[in-house]
Amino acid sequence: MTDEQILSAHTLEEIAEWESRYPPEHKKSALLAALNAAQHQNKGFLTVALMDAVAEKLELSKIEVYEVASFYSMYELNPVGRNNIAVCTNVCCMLMGSDTIVDHLEKKLGIKMGESTEDGRIYLKVEEECLAACAGGPMMQVNHKYYTELTPEKVDEIIDGLD
Amino acid sequence: MSDDQVTFTVDDVELSAPKGSMLIQATDKAGIHIPRFCYHDKLSVAANCRMCLVDVEKAPKPMPACATPIMEGMVVHTKSAKAVEAQKSVMEFLLINHPLDCPICDQGGECELQDLSVAYGGDKSQYTDIKRVVFDKDIGPLIQTELTRCIQCTRCVRFGEEIAGMRELGMTDRGDRAVIGTFIAKSVDSEMSGNVIDICPVGALTAKPSRFTGRAWEMQQHAAVSPHDSVGSNLYIHTLDGKVNRVVPRANESINEVWISDRDRFSYQGLYSDDRATRPMIKLKGEWVETDWNTALQYAIDGLQLVIKENSVNELACWISPNATLEEHYLTQKLIRGLGSNNIDHRLRQTDFTDQSFAPVMPWIGKDIESIERLEAILLVGSHVRKEQPLIAHRFRKAFRHHQVKISAVNPRKFKWRFKTSHELISSAEGMVENLAGIAKAVGADQANVSALISAASVDEGHKAIAEELTTAGEAATIFMGNIAAQHPQFSVLRALSHAIAKQTGATLAYLPEAANTAGAWLAGSVPHRFAGGSKANSTGANISEMLASPKKALITFNIEPEFDVANPAQAMDAMDAADFKIVINNYATEAMKEYADVILPLSAFSETSGTYVNAEGFWQSFKGAVSPLGESRPGWKIIRVLANLMKVDGFDYMSSEDVRNEVKEQCRELQLDNSISVDAPIANISKTDGLQRVGDVSLYSVDSLVRRSTPLQLTKDADHNHAAINSTLAAKLKLEDGDRVSITQSGHCELTDIRIDNALADDCVWLPAAEELSVQMGTTYSPIELEKA
Repeated sequence: MTDEQILSAHTLEEIAEWESRYPPEHKKSALLAALNAAQHQNKGFLTVALMDAVAEKLELSKIEVYEVASFYSMYELNPVGRNNIAVCTNVCCMLMGSDTIVDHLEKKLGIKMGESTEDGRIYLKVEEECLAACAGGPMMQVNHKYYTELTPEKVDEIIDGLD
Repeated sequence: MSDDQVTFTVDDVELSAPKGSMLIQATDKAGIHIPRFCYHDKLSVAANCRMCLVDVEKAPKPMPACATPIMEGMVVHTKSAKAVEAQKSVMEFLLINHPLDCPICDQGGECELQDLSVAYGGDKSQYTDIKRVVFDKDIGPLIQTELTRCIQCTRCVRFGEEIAGMRELGMTDRGDRAVIGTFIAKSVDSEMSGNVIDICPVGALTAKPSRFTGRAWEMQQHAAVSPHDSVGSNLYIHTLDGKVNRVVPRANESINEVWISDRDRFSYQGLYSDDRATRPMIKLKGEWVETDWNTALQYAIDGLQLVIKENSVNELACWISPNATLEEHYLTQKLIRGLGSNNIDHRLRQTDFTDQSFAPVMPWIGKDIESIERLEAILLVGSHVRKEQPLIAHRFRKAFRHHQVKISAVNPRKFKWRFKTSHELISSAEGMVENLAGIAKAVGADQANVSALISAASVDEGHKAIAEELTTAGEAATIFMGNIAAQHPQFSVLRALSHAIAKQTGATLAYLPEAANTAGAWLAGSVPHRFAGGSKANSTGANISEMLASPKKALITFNIEPEFDVANPAQAMDAMDAADFKIVINNYATEAMKEYADVILPLSAFSETSGTYVNAEGFWQSFKGAVSPLGESRPGWKIIRVLANLMKVDGFDYMSSEDVRNEVKEQCRELQLDNSISVDAPIANISKTDGLQRVGDVSLYSVDSLVRRSTPLQLTKDADHNHAAINSTLAAKLKLEDGDRVSITQSGHCELTDIRIDNALADDCVWLPAAEELSVQMGTTYSPIELEKA
C-alpha cells in the first residue's frame, strides 16, 4: 500500500500544510506535526504502517521516523483508548494533591495508570510531566486540552463528558 | 603563520592547526592521545560519550575535545587533575550498565572500552542497582548484536547515515531506555554494513561468522588485497592455526580509506567449502582417482600433447579468470604462447570484440580513485557501480554529499543508488545505444565511426539535460563505463559513443574494470591479440566468443566455473563437451568439473599465494600468502611454471613470484596509459531484438567462485535472485501479476520461477541476472528470451 492509501486525505492535507512552512530540503522539520496528524487519524496511536507512510511522504528513512516517534512521549506506539488522559504527578502537582486525582481516576475507571478501559474509551497515560501548568496544579491533559485546579468532582464531570 | 592557522598549547606543547578544526583532530595529528568512544574521524561529531573531556584554561568546566574548535592562544591540559577526574567519572558512568564480563565477550582483547577502562576505570563502582538488559536483535547473517554491551555512541547510526547512505540502524526510545536497533524486525542490508563491526567501540556489534572462533591476540595479521573488485581494497587477513579466521580492512586513504565492502570482508567463508580441491585428480577410464602431482602433471601434459599432435597447436585454448594474479596471467599466456597458440582470454563475460585491437592497453579509470570526489558531473554507462565496485560508489556518494555532483546514467535498469541521480535513461540494450547517441548529438559530437548513428539519433529532453551537465562540468566530468557496458552486445558502439561525448565535452573516459585484476590481465597479455605490455601479438588468436562458437580440442581453464563465469553458459558447456582434453586448474573441484574435465589440479586460494593485482587506477599491489596452501593445492604461478618446465618451454626459470612480476614490470616500463580510442575503430552492428529481451547484471555475491561459496553472503538479501522481473506494462500485456509462476526459455532451456513486477525496468525487458542457478544453462544476457505464464 502506498502512503496515499494509509494516510487519510485530511492527514495528507495537514502534512502538506506543515511541509509548506519549511524549506523543501528540510522536510524532516514537519515530522512531529505529521506524526501528530497520523496519530489523530488513527484515534490516538501510531502503527508501523502509519509511520512508514509518514516516512515515505516526507522522504525520510523509516528508522528516522521510528526514532522520533519512540523518543517523544506524546506518541503512542501501542493500541490505547481513544481519549488520552495524562495527569501530572510532578512535584508541584503532587504537593497540590495529584495523588488523590490519580487514585480517583483509577478507581472510577477500574484501570491502572498505563492502561486503557476495555471499551477503548479512555487511556490513562503514565507520568506525563511536567506539563508546565504548575500554577494550576493539580492538573491533567485530556487529549489536547488542559484542565487545572482539579478536584474529584471536576474530574468526574470532565470524564463523563467524553465521547 | 598564515591566517588559516591558529596556535594553541596542549600539555605545554605549542601546536598549530587549521582554523575551525576540532581539538581532537589536532591532538591526534600531534600524537597526543585523548580517550574517546563516539568520535571517529570519518564520521560527524556527536559528542555524546563525553569520554574526551579535557581541561581548557578559562573554561568553567571540562570541554569535549571532539566538539571544541581550537582557538588562538587556547591552553589545554589533557592530563591535569581536572581532566583526568572528568574522564574517570565518564568511564564510571559508561560502566554502570555495561556488563563486566569481558572473558565471555567476542570483542575482548580488541575492545576500546576494555582498553580505556584499564586506564580510566575505577576498581569499584558506586552503582549498586541492577544493570539494564537489552534484548539482542537479529539483523541478518553478517552482524551479531549484543546490545546490552552498547554504550550508545551512535557510530553505527552515523555510519549508516553518512557512509553507507542507508539509514538502517537508529537509536529508539530515550534516556535510560534508549536502544540501538532497527525498531522493527529487519536485516541490515547495506553492501558495506560490516564496517559497523570495526567502528563499534564495544562488543555490541561483532562479526557473526567469526564470532567466538578466536581471540584477537591468538591471531596473526597478514596484509592482503581484495580478490573481488577492481578497487583493490586493502585487507588484513587474520589467521588462526594456519587457517583464515576473518578479514578486516587495512587503512589506505587513497584506495579504500578505512572501509571494505561486505563481499571483501566475508567472502573468506567460501575458502574451506567442502568442494575445495586439495589433491590432484585424474580421470582414468571414466573414474576419478586422486593422485600425486607428478602423475597428474604428466597425465595433463601427455593429454595436451596428444591433442596438439593429432590436430594442431591452434586447437589449444585457455580461459582464465580475471581474478587471477598478474603473475598467473603472465605465466599462463607465456605458456600458451610458448606452445605456439594465441588462444587465451580473460574477458569471459564480454561478447563484443569488434574493436579489440583498438582497445586501450588496459581499461582503467583514467585518474586516481581519490580524485573522483572532486568530479562535478558523472555519466554512468552500463554500470551498477554500487554493487559492482562498492567503494567507488562510496566516492561518488562523498562527492554528492560534498557538492551535489551531477550523476546521470544510461542503464538497463533504474538501480537503487545511495546518492541522488539527476537523469537516468533506462532501456533495452539497443536503447542504451540510442540514448548514448542522443547525448552525443546533444553535445554536438561527431566522430567518424559513429557519425551515422549520431546524425540518425533523436534528441529528447533527457539527452539534452545530460549533455548540459557534461558540457558545463567540462574537464571535471567523467564518463564511467561499467561492467554492464563491458558485457553489452554492442560494447564497441558504447565505447565509441562515450569516446565521442568525452572528446566533445572535455570529460574523461573511464572504465571501471570488471574484476579484481582485469587491468592486470590486459597488462600481462591474457588476451588473444596482445602480448604483455600491450604489444601486438604475432598473430591474433581466438577470443572467448570465437572459442565458444568454434570449440577448441584442448582446453585449460584457470579458476573458473564456465557455467557461471562465461557470458554464454549454454555455449560454454557445449564447448567443453566438444573438447577432447580438458585441464582444470581450480580452487574447487565441482560435480560439473568432474563431468567435463580430464585432470583437476588444485589451486591455492588468494590467501595462500603471493601475487599482484592491478586496480582501477593502475596501481600495482603485491601481497604474500597469509597461510600455507590448503592440502596439496599449489599457487598458480608454480603450477604453470612446472607445467612449462615439464613441456620444455623456455624461459620459466623463476625463483619467486617477484621475479615474474619484475619481468612484467619491465615490459610495461614504457607504457603510457590512455583510454582514448581511434575514431576509425570498427563498431559492432546493431541488432534489434524482436519480442522480449533478457537484461541483467551479475549480482555482487555471484561474481566469482569464492563469494558463491560464502554461506553468510548467500543468506543476505542481495543474494536473493530466485526470480525474474518485468515492468507493469509488460505484466499487463502478458496478464501477469506479481508473484505469478512463469516459464522462461532461452537457448532451448526452460526454467520455472516467480515473476516480480518492478517499474525500474524498461518495456519488453526481462530482468534475469547471469551467474545464478536460474540462468546457468541459458545463453547470454541482452539477447532474446521467451516468457509465459506457467
